[in-house]
Amino acid sequence: MPWNREQIAARAARELQDGFYVNLGIGIPTLVANLIPEGMSIQLHSENGMLGMGPFPFEGEQDPDLINAGKETITQIPTTSFFDSVASFGMVRGGHIDISILGGLQVSETGDLANWTIPGKMVKGMGGAMDLVAGVPRIVVVMEHCAKGESRLVKQCTLPLTGKSVVDLVITDLAVFEVRKGEAPALRLIELAPDVDVAEVRANTAADFVESLN
Amino acid sequence: MANKVYPNAVTAVADQLRDGMTILSGGFGLCGIPDALIEAIRASGVRNLTIVTNNPGIDGIGIGRLVETRQVAKLIASYAGENATFARQYLAGEVEMEYNPQGTLAERIRAGGAGIPAFYTPTGVGTDIARGKETREFNGRPCLLEHGIFGDLALVHAWKGDTEGNLLYRLTARNFNPVMATAAKVTIAEVEQLVQPGAIDADHIMTPGIFVKRIVELPRVEKHIEKLTVRQRA
Repeated sequence: MPWNREQIAARAARELQDGFYVNLGIGIPTLVANLIPEGMSIQLHSENGMLGMGPFPFEGEQDPDLINAGKETITQIPTTSFFDSVASFGMVRGGHIDISILGGLQVSETGDLANWTIPGKMVKGMGGAMDLVAGVPRIVVVMEHCAKGESRLVKQCTLPLTGKSVVDLVITDLAVFEVRKGEAPALRLIELAPDVDVAEVRANTAADFVESLN
Repeated sequence: MANKVYPNAVTAVADQLRDGMTILSGGFGLCGIPDALIEAIRASGVRNLTIVTNNPGIDGIGIGRLVETRQVAKLIASYAGENATFARQYLAGEVEMEYNPQGTLAERIRAGGAGIPAFYTPTGVGTDIARGKETREFNGRPCLLEHGIFGDLALVHAWKGDTEGNLLYRLTARNFNPVMATAAKVTIAEVEQLVQPGAIDADHIMTPGIFVKRIVELPRVEKHIEKLTVRQRA
C-alpha cells in the first residue's frame, strides 16, 4: 500500500529534531504541523512574519490580522514572535531555519527542484520558495510520485527551476530518496512504503537511482 | 508643526498621482493591506501603474481593485496565485509581471529605502530569474546582483499611528508594511487608530515618523479573511 498524504507527512515529521526551527510549505507539508512528536520543542516559521505558529483558531476566535503563509487563520502561542518580511527572509537566507519541508512538481536526479509554475497554465509564483532552497541547510520535498501517470522524479526538470541541486530528501507515496549532492548517481532509494517493492518504484521513476535500502 | 494628518484617503493621495508612476503597497494576501488608499487610487482613474507588492490580493480587493480596472501595467511581486482576473490578463499578455523571490523582493525594497543601490544574493541562482543578471562568486558560492527598489509612492496599513507618523503594526499584518514605508518619495499610512504623540510607547514604535509623510485615520476598519480555517472544540 503506498502512503497516503497523511502518511507522507508523518514520514516527513520524522526528519524533525528537538529544538528545530521549521518552515513548512503549502499542501502536504502543512499536515506535518499536526504530526510533531509529543515532547519535541519545534518552532514553526511562517514567511509572512511569525515564529511559533499555533493551531487553527476555534470557530469565532479567528483574527484577520493573524494568518500563515497559506493565508489561513491561525493562532499564536506563548513562544510566538512577530516581525516584518525583511527579518523573516533574513532568517531564511541567513541559514537560521533548520529545515524546510516543501511540496514539489518535479525533482531531478541531481536534486534540482521545480515547484513554482507551469508556463502558460499556472500563474502562481515562487513566493518564498527560492529563498528557502537557497538558505535553509536541509530541504525535504514531499510529493505524489507521479502526476497523471508521469514520474515526478525526472532526469532533468522540464518545468522552471526553483533551485539547482538543492533537495536533500524526497518523500513520495511510494518511497524515500536521499540526494547525495556531487555523487553520481546522486539519488539513493533508502526506504519503501509498505508493500511497495523496488520493481514498482523503478517502473514509476524516470530518474536514475541506486538502491540503498537498510 | 507640519501637519501630516489628512481627513481621508482620497485627499491624502489626490495631488500625488500621475500616470506611469511606481506605487509600493504593503500587505500579504489580504492581511495588512492599505485597502482604503488603494480604493482612492482606483477612484482617481490614474493609469499605467507599476505596482510593487508581495501579491495582488484577490479579485476586487486590495491591489485586485486596480487589476479589475486595468490600471496596472506591470506588477513586481512574488506571487499572484489567488487573483483570477490577474491570471487571465497575464496569460493574455495584457499585463506585465516581474516575478521576484519573496526574500529578494523584501531586500530590494529594504536596500532602496536604505540607500543601497544593489546587493548580491544566493537566491535564484540557476533559475529563470537569474537571466541577464550579473553573477559573482563569494566564498565559492555564486550570487546574483539585485537592484534596490525605490518608488514614487508607498501605501501602508498600520494598527496605530500618531500625528507625527510613528506607526505600530499588529500581529502578521506587519509583513511588508514597515519596509515599504521606507522606500518611496512619499509614504502615506492609513491607520485604524490615530493617537496623540506619546500615546504609543516610544520603545514600541516600528516605523519612525520620518518615513511617513501623510497619515489618515480609517473611518471604519473592514478586514477580510482569505481562508477561514478553524478547529472544532473538543
